[in-house]
Amino acid sequence: MENERKLTIARAMAEATAQEMRIDPSVFVMGEDIAELGGVFGNTRGLLEEFGKERVRDTPISETGFIGAAVGAAQDGMKPVVELMFVDFFGVCFDAIYNLMAKNTYFSGGKFNVPMVLMTSTGGGYSDAGQHSQCLYGSFAHLPGMKVVSPSNAYDAKGLMTAALRDPNPVIYMYHKGLQGMGWLGTEAGAIVHVPEESYEVEIGKAAIAREGRDVTIVSIAQGVHHGLKAADKLAEQGISAEVVDLRSLVPLDRDTIRASVAKTGRLIVVDEDYHSYGVSGEIIATVTESNMADLKAAPKRIAYPDVPIPFARVMEQHCLPNADKIVAAARDLCGAPVPA
Amino acid sequence: MAARKPKASNVSADELTQFYRDMLLIRRFEEKAGQLYGMGLIGGFCHLYIGQEAVVVGLEAATEEGDKRITSYRDHGHMLACGMDPNGVMAELTGRIGGYSKGKGGSMHMFSAEKHFYGGHGIVGAQVPIGAGLAFADKYKDNGRVTFTYFGDGAANQGQVYETFNMAALWDLPVVFVIENNQYAMGTAMKRSTSTPDIYTRGEAFGIPGEAVDGMDVLAVKAAGEKAVAHCRAGKGPYILEVKTYRYRGHSMSDPAKYRTREEVQKMREERDPIDHVRDLLLTGKHATEDDLKAIDKEIKAIVNASADFSRESPEPPVDELYTDIYAEVS
Repeated sequence: MENERKLTIARAMAEATAQEMRIDPSVFVMGEDIAELGGVFGNTRGLLEEFGKERVRDTPISETGFIGAAVGAAQDGMKPVVELMFVDFFGVCFDAIYNLMAKNTYFSGGKFNVPMVLMTSTGGGYSDAGQHSQCLYGSFAHLPGMKVVSPSNAYDAKGLMTAALRDPNPVIYMYHKGLQGMGWLGTEAGAIVHVPEESYEVEIGKAAIAREGRDVTIVSIAQGVHHGLKAADKLAEQGISAEVVDLRSLVPLDRDTIRASVAKTGRLIVVDEDYHSYGVSGEIIATVTESNMADLKAAPKRIAYPDVPIPFARVMEQHCLPNADKIVAAARDLCGAPVPA
Repeated sequence: MAARKPKASNVSADELTQFYRDMLLIRRFEEKAGQLYGMGLIGGFCHLYIGQEAVVVGLEAATEEGDKRITSYRDHGHMLACGMDPNGVMAELTGRIGGYSKGKGGSMHMFSAEKHFYGGHGIVGAQVPIGAGLAFADKYKDNGRVTFTYFGDGAANQGQVYETFNMAALWDLPVVFVIENNQYAMGTAMKRSTSTPDIYTRGEAFGIPGEAVDGMDVLAVKAAGEKAVAHCRAGKGPYILEVKTYRYRGHSMSDPAKYRTREEVQKMREERDPIDHVRDLLLTGKHATEDDLKAIDKEIKAIVNASADFSRESPEPPVDELYTDIYAEVS
C-alpha cells in the first residue's frame, strides 16, 4: 500500500496525545516514568521533548495521590492524561478512581464534569506473575460513571485516544502489553497497522467487525481479537466461517453489534483474558441470551482465564491463557464438526 | 484549651458582627438539620459542625474571590460559610430536587461551581489529593488562586495525605491544608489514635511550614489564615494549619458519643464556645447591644426556618432523574 504508515499502538497513543496537546493547552500528562523515560510501555515517548516538564510530569510513586489530584484538576477545567503503570496496581488507588473520578459528576448533579483519561497496561503472557499480568476489564467495566476502552490495533488506539481526550467523561484506556510493540513483551504483528497522520476519532462505544463470517461469532477485545483472527484463519481451512467482533469499548458496550452478529451466525464464543467468573465474558453471553435465545443454535462458550491467580512458570501461565487453538476447538464443537483425529 | 477572657482586638465592629452572624447561621442550621433528622426527614449519615464554626468562618474571611475550598463529609458549615444557599443545602439533606445535587448526593456530596466549592466527600482523606489537583490547575493557569483543603485529625492518619504533602511541596502548589482537629476520629480520641499531639509538625518532613491555631477563636483563625494564604499566593508552596477545635455533637447523628464525658463537652460549651466569644467581644466592646444581637438571632432563625420549609416543600426527585448526570453529554 502506497504511503503506508505502520505504527505500533504505543506510538499511535503518543501521537494522538501530542496532537491534542498542540491544540488544547488544558491537556497535560502525568504518571510514573512517563516523562524522562517516555513511559515504561512507550506510550508517552517524545512528549516531554515537545511539551516540557510542566505539561509532561513524572510523579512520585503515589497512585492515590496523583490520580486524586487529576480528579481535582479535571474538575477545574484541565484534561489530565494519567497513567497507572500496571492495572494490577489499582488496589492501592481504586478509591480515587471509582469513588471520586466515577461519581463526582453524578454527586454534583452534573455541576462538575471529570474529563480525564486514565491509561493503564493490562495482560500477561510474559511470565510476570499475578501482580503484573492481569486484565481486570470486568472490574472497571462493572462500575458506573466511567467509560472503558481497549484497542486491538494502532489505528483504533489513536482514534480511541483522540476520542477519549475530547470526551467530557473519565475514560479508562486499557492497553494490552502484548500489543504495544515493545520487543521485550513479544510482538503481535496484527496490531501494527497503517495509521493516518491527521487526527481522527474512533467512536467510543462502537464495536468493529474485524472479520466477517457466517457460522460462528467470536467476540473479544485487545489481544483476544488477534487470537480470534488466527483461529478464524484456521477454521476457514476447515470449512468453518467465523466472524470476529472487536469490542474496542467495554463501556458503553455495543450490544447491538454483538446481537446482530449472533443473529446471523447462531453461535457465540467469547474470548476474554480476564478471569472467567463474574466478568466480561458472562456479560456478553447475557447480552445475547437475554434477547436472542431463539437465534442460538448451541449454548454459548467462553474462553477465559481460569479463576486462579496468574502463575509465574511459563508452562502454567500459557496453559491458562486464551489462544487460537482453544478457540478452534470450541468453534468446531459448536458447529458439530468432528474432532480431528 | 484554657478558659479565655474576651480580649480587645484589632477588628472592626462590622467584621465582628459578620462573624457572629455567619457562625450563628451555621449553628442554627445544624440544630435544625438535627431536628429534621430526628423527625425522619433526613436519612443516612448526617455530620453536624456544631462547635467548629469559628474554623470555617475565620478562614473564609482570609479568602479572596476565586479561591477554592474542598472538604470531607462534615461539610454543611463550609457550604454556608462560602455563601451557598441554605435552601439548596437543606433540600439536599432531605433528598429533594431543589437540593444542590438534585437529591443524588445528600449530606456528604454537594458542590457549587459558582462558589468554587468542590465537595463534600464521603471517604476519609480522599478529598486531600483532589485539593492538591485543584491547586495544581490554578498554578498551571497562573491565576493566583489558593485552594483550602480541609480534613480532620482522623484523616491525618490516612496515607494519601502524605502522598499529597509530598507532591504539593515538590511542585510548590498553592494549597492550604487545614487540619480541623476536633479531638476525635469518629469515637477515637487523639491520644489513642495519633502518635504526636501536634499534627501540623508532620509537614516538617516534607518541608511544609505549619502552625497550630486556636480554633475556638475566630480572630485567631482568620489571622492564621491570612498568613497561610499570603505564603501560598507568594508562590512559596503549601502551608499547614492545624486548627484545634471541638465538636459538640457525635461523629454523626447515629453516634451517642459515649467515648467522652458529658462534663468534658459541657466545659467546652461553657468556657470556649466560639459564638459566645464573639458575642462577648461585641457586648463588652460596646459594638452591639443585646437588642442588636436579638435582631440578628431573629433574622438567622427566619433564614433557617425558610430553608427547612423549602427542604420539605421541594418535590422528591422523579425516577427519571436517576439516569441523568452519570455521564456528561458528548458534544
